[in-house]
Amino acid sequence: MFNSCADPATIEGLTWLLCYLTTGKHLLFYTSFGVVLLLMLITAPAALAFGFGGAMAARSHFLPLSLIGKAYTAMVRGVPDIIFFLFVPIALDQAFEYLRHKTKCPDWDQPIWQGNDFVVCAEAKLPLSSSPQWIHETYGFTLAVLAFAVVFGAFASNVIYGAMQAVPRAQMETAEAYGMSHRQSFWRILVPQMWVYALPGLSNLWMILIKATPLLFLLGVRDIVYWARELGGSKTSHFDYPHPDWRVWYFVALLFFYLLMTKLSEKVLRRITLRLSHGQATLAGEMQRKAAR
Amino acid sequence: MKTLILTAAALALTAGLASAQTVRLGTEGAYPPYNFINDAGEIDGFERELGDELCKRADLTCEWVTNDWDSIIPNLVSGNYDAIIAGMSVTEERDKVIDFTQEYVPPAPTLYVGRSADADIKGVVAAQTATIQAAYVAESGATLLEYPTPDETIAAVRNGEADVVLADKDFLMPIVNESNGELVVVDQIQIGGGVGMGVRESDTELKAKFDAAIQSMKDDGTLNPLIVKWFGEDAALW
Amino acid sequence: MSCVQTIQDYALRSIGIGERLLPKGDMTLCEHVTLIGSGLIWNIYYGALALFFGFFLANAIAVAKASGNPWLRKPAEWFVFVFRGSPLFIQFFLAYETFVLLPRTGIDLHLGFTTITVATSWLSKAWAGALIVLFLNTAAYSGEIFYGALRSVPKGDIEAADAYGMSGWSRFRRVIWPTMMRLAWPAYTNEAIFLFHATTLVYFSGFPAFQQKGDALYYATYFASKTFNPFVAYPVIAAYFIVLTLSIIGLFGVVNRYLNRHLPKERRSRIRLRPQIIR
Repeated sequence: MFNSCADPATIEGLTWLLCYLTTGKHLLFYTSFGVVLLLMLITAPAALAFGFGGAMAARSHFLPLSLIGKAYTAMVRGVPDIIFFLFVPIALDQAFEYLRHKTKCPDWDQPIWQGNDFVVCAEAKLPLSSSPQWIHETYGFTLAVLAFAVVFGAFASNVIYGAMQAVPRAQMETAEAYGMSHRQSFWRILVPQMWVYALPGLSNLWMILIKATPLLFLLGVRDIVYWARELGGSKTSHFDYPHPDWRVWYFVALLFFYLLMTKLSEKVLRRITLRLSHGQATLAGEMQRKAAR
Repeated sequence: MKTLILTAAALALTAGLASAQTVRLGTEGAYPPYNFINDAGEIDGFERELGDELCKRADLTCEWVTNDWDSIIPNLVSGNYDAIIAGMSVTEERDKVIDFTQEYVPPAPTLYVGRSADADIKGVVAAQTATIQAAYVAESGATLLEYPTPDETIAAVRNGEADVVLADKDFLMPIVNESNGELVVVDQIQIGGGVGMGVRESDTELKAKFDAAIQSMKDDGTLNPLIVKWFGEDAALW
Repeated sequence: MSCVQTIQDYALRSIGIGERLLPKGDMTLCEHVTLIGSGLIWNIYYGALALFFGFFLANAIAVAKASGNPWLRKPAEWFVFVFRGSPLFIQFFLAYETFVLLPRTGIDLHLGFTTITVATSWLSKAWAGALIVLFLNTAAYSGEIFYGALRSVPKGDIEAADAYGMSGWSRFRRVIWPTMMRLAWPAYTNEAIFLFHATTLVYFSGFPAFQQKGDALYYATYFASKTFNPFVAYPVIAAYFIVLTLSIIGLFGVVNRYLNRHLPKERRSRIRLRPQIIR
């Protein structure tokens, strides 16, 4: 990066460290923090959408739909999330390819599962093996986001369903008395009010999401854990910057990153809670009203 | 002027499409000097240089991908890449699942490395998961200590978790030489065959192309210097 | 090979009894079920012991956090923040890396009159090291739950205890603590469930497997990577965990009924199936 770093073997001390910390590989490490933040920012709304759908399904008066919604809601309580993270991407990948295979290669006569192999025709591969590397990486990342959204959607569905139940019955009855239809009262009365009940649960969920991001590494995405292990491992003189095993330091850095994220999130979420309580028929809202007078 | 450039670009593009087929090469990126990720963040090592040369000779456009070692065969089979070039020894068990090209590194010894010359090779032996070394230790009855990456197996010996590590000589020798006497070679055995590229069993065309390219490098004497460059003077040659 | 034979060979494989080599080649459903079930022994071991020891530390932390003395309160707050604020994955890794750095031969403790050597090598083994991490982790999470419950103990209860002339330890032991437990129990049940789920991370970060003795997920991934078919191994382990979760809910439900036995039926706090706070 710097001119003085041209020959790493001759430099030492602070310059060496500075050069070391600005190698191309380290820059990849720093960008991977962006990958993690990106994952969180995409997953959060996606999971919220999944959760909203799950909660609406669970509330449905149509029995099969409500059973599906409830099963989805309950599944994360029964099974460790890591199993979903390992299972969902492979299952989705194979499912997509299977469907494409059925439509694109109808005259394929060999079985798709040949012993231990999963074989589909070349046109059905996702992404096509001729696509450039960034498409492969984006596809992998998308699968990871989907896996996270499915798991955290189930958690969110738990929270949102509970929040919908928590909105005082009287509010809905009033809406009905005003002549609102079922749909109107749902969107205009229930949904705006439920957020304040959902917020503690959703905040907690955000904290869990932060702490679940190292599992990205298991999904083959080159995230901060991948680079920390890669960079920290001992290096022989095949490398420009040989060093012994420094993984502990890299992981300590990750620890601080996560603690910082937690602290920041706590601060922001406290603010949001304060604002959402404004004008609500809850204890917090009532206290704000009195304080304002 | 603008149109000229565009036409030239289009020509180059179509020419590229016509001549070269894109092949994705899967490697581990954590096994120096075979393959590793250098300080610029690129895949480097003996196999990088070899693979690029093979692709040039076979008239293929090659793209490099890294993959964890323990899932490197499944991901080849499922088509995430088209060939494995990751210091993989040819074994009967692997040959059942995938096909190998001819070997590009002759059978090299496997070493036991420990902290002292009298370390117990029947004690706790560290090895990388899903390697021939791990299988060997599991069969031999010594206590197998598995790690996902080769680097961790070395760390385990350094910090005393394991008595010895079992791995390829080419991988271990540079580490032993640079350890200032902390690590020493305890024993040497011969397991597994040479190193070849792995391809899908159905991919006979690609196998033939790489076979021919490796043969041509052996014939014109460019392979041996490459081996010496990365593995040192005393490496086994063709 | 018959299924009975498989069960004989692999039912206790995870603790080193039975066949030394793991199954190869074509793997049957029976092998999946047996070996993954065998790995579950470790999940139960980690979960149960961490929960048991963590319970005591969690109580201490809750009391320390509620204490007026900053020398007690601050450390408790930091402990909870560090363990709740960082991923378990990273905690496992750091713990392993720290434990292996301890001197092999043990640490000499000079006690003035004598010197004792504390062996440290067992700390880097998963059965001890991972247990310690899980113990501290669950202590932090449950400590926070108990602290929340402690602060919600009704004022009237404490005033009543004062009126009876109780104070200090006996007031805590006989009035505050039982109420705190009763209030915390539903959330604590959730913590227990998620702790058992977290045990699957042991062999996934940091701690290596000795002689291929691992937990349920270790074997499930072994099968999935060998067969490249996720549709058998993962549903099997999922089924095991559903059964495990239901057993935990059942067990904790019994305790919950015991804690609430003095209350009229309609005031008993049921274990909420829709928790607001999950790990």
